Amino acid sequence: MAETVETAKVEKAEPLFSKRRKNIVADPLNDDNPITIQVLGICSALAVTTQMEPTFVMALAVTVVIVFSNLIISLMRNLIPGRIRIIVQLAVIATLVSLVDQVLKAYFFDISKMLSVFVSLIITNCIVMGRLEAFAMGNKPYDSVLDGLGSGLGYAWIILTVAFFRELLGSGSVFGIKIFEALHINFPTNGLMVTPVGAFMVLALIIWVQRARSGYVEK
Amino acid sequence: MRQSNGYIIGFAVVMTIVCGGLLSWAAVGLKEAQTKAKELDTKRQILSAVIDIKGKPSEELLKLYDSDISAIVIDAQGKVLDGVDAATVNIAKEYKKKPAERKLPIYEFKKDGKISAYILPMYGSGLWDAIWGFIAIESDGNTVQGISLDHKGETPGLGARITSEEVQERYKDKKIFEGGKLVSVQMVKGENNPGLSEHQVDGMSGATLTGNGVNKMLESYLDLYKGFLKEHKAG
Repeated sequence: MAETVETAKVEKAEPLFSKRRKNIVADPLNDDNPITIQVLGICSALAVTTQMEPTFVMALAVTVVIVFSNLIISLMRNLIPGRIRIIVQLAVIATLVSLVDQVLKAYFFDISKMLSVFVSLIITNCIVMGRLEAFAMGNKPYDSVLDGLGSGLGYAWIILTVAFFRELLGSGSVFGIKIFEALHINFPTNGLMVTPVGAFMVLALIIWVQRARSGYVEK
Repeated sequence: MRQSNGYIIGFAVVMTIVCGGLLSWAAVGLKEAQTKAKELDTKRQILSAVIDIKGKPSEELLKLYDSDISAIVIDAQGKVLDGVDAATVNIAKEYKKKPAERKLPIYEFKKDGKISAYILPMYGSGLWDAIWGFIAIESDGNTVQGISLDHKGETPGLGARITSEEVQERYKDKKIFEGGKLVSVQMVKGENNPGLSEHQVDGMSGATLTGNGVNKMLESYLDLYKGFLKEHKAG
């Protein structure tokens, strides 16, 4: 059972964007990135990144789900029995995702058609559950929201980068706009990039560059 | 206290009731809006087989649909079934029946009082899941005026490209009959193939299996409708 991490009682309330809180958001963007450092959420990073558009939708959806499930779990953290906490977390995530899916089906049919493929991928995304277990179970709601936001954005920028290269080299376009045709360059598209193999390569290169810069070593 | 069995069971029960309640409430409360959205989407697909619907607001499309599209239902023998409303025919459910027993809707697109195209629904399976669509055949009963395709779970960037204009454009003006024999339109393997006949369209690289699904779907449904098309062709 995660012990609640209580910061020492200070007389004055902590400012909304104190240094510690800024770090909660900033760390997952780079030094503690959920994909490149923690190596979580790889399945969706490979599955959805053939094009920018679905990737953008997925990034947004995952960020929203992480933030809200973090908030909900953090509010309930003192009530959840330790022995069934994982299944409780899963129930919260699945309920949230299904609710969002229902609302989209009713009012944003086009988006829901695009997202329907990913709904199951969001529920099983280990980043979401990882944050609930590692952070929301032991921290206050506001901090948990910030943590969710940071992790979501950290996930988003990596998959968008992967998708950018895969769509550019694999389909010769960005967000569906045929870049090379517009520039009148005859560009032979690379079929490898639209397969998951291409995603592995791009992702590996990003991990390499990032770890080379930050000096992170797997222990 | 938080570790006692009673508490854990109690917590799980409450959790189940809350989550289940929320979801059922959402499903029931949103059902009407969802059905409406789905109907609108189907009408959009039917229209997009014959006209360019990009950027047109839904109200305008619904008006167009009501004024220019009329639906009939036939059986696999080509007989018109009177008193069957096409809106009540669920293509996905019909697909599960034997081909000879299916109810087959036909949407007639009228221009200036004359039938300009027959829009035929189709249903099949792609690589991962269901695919469906509408093909518009001109009143000569042979020329493809347009096609609209959709899918449930094909791969984005590969098989999912069947929903893109670029792929659907390829079917325009292709022919489905060859001297009175139905040959349908085949999507071949790979892109930018030279020397395509009037019964072939370019494929999608990396998505040959989805293409095969589309071919099979077209063939089987055109086969069901071919009697009707032969009988009703103008001129």
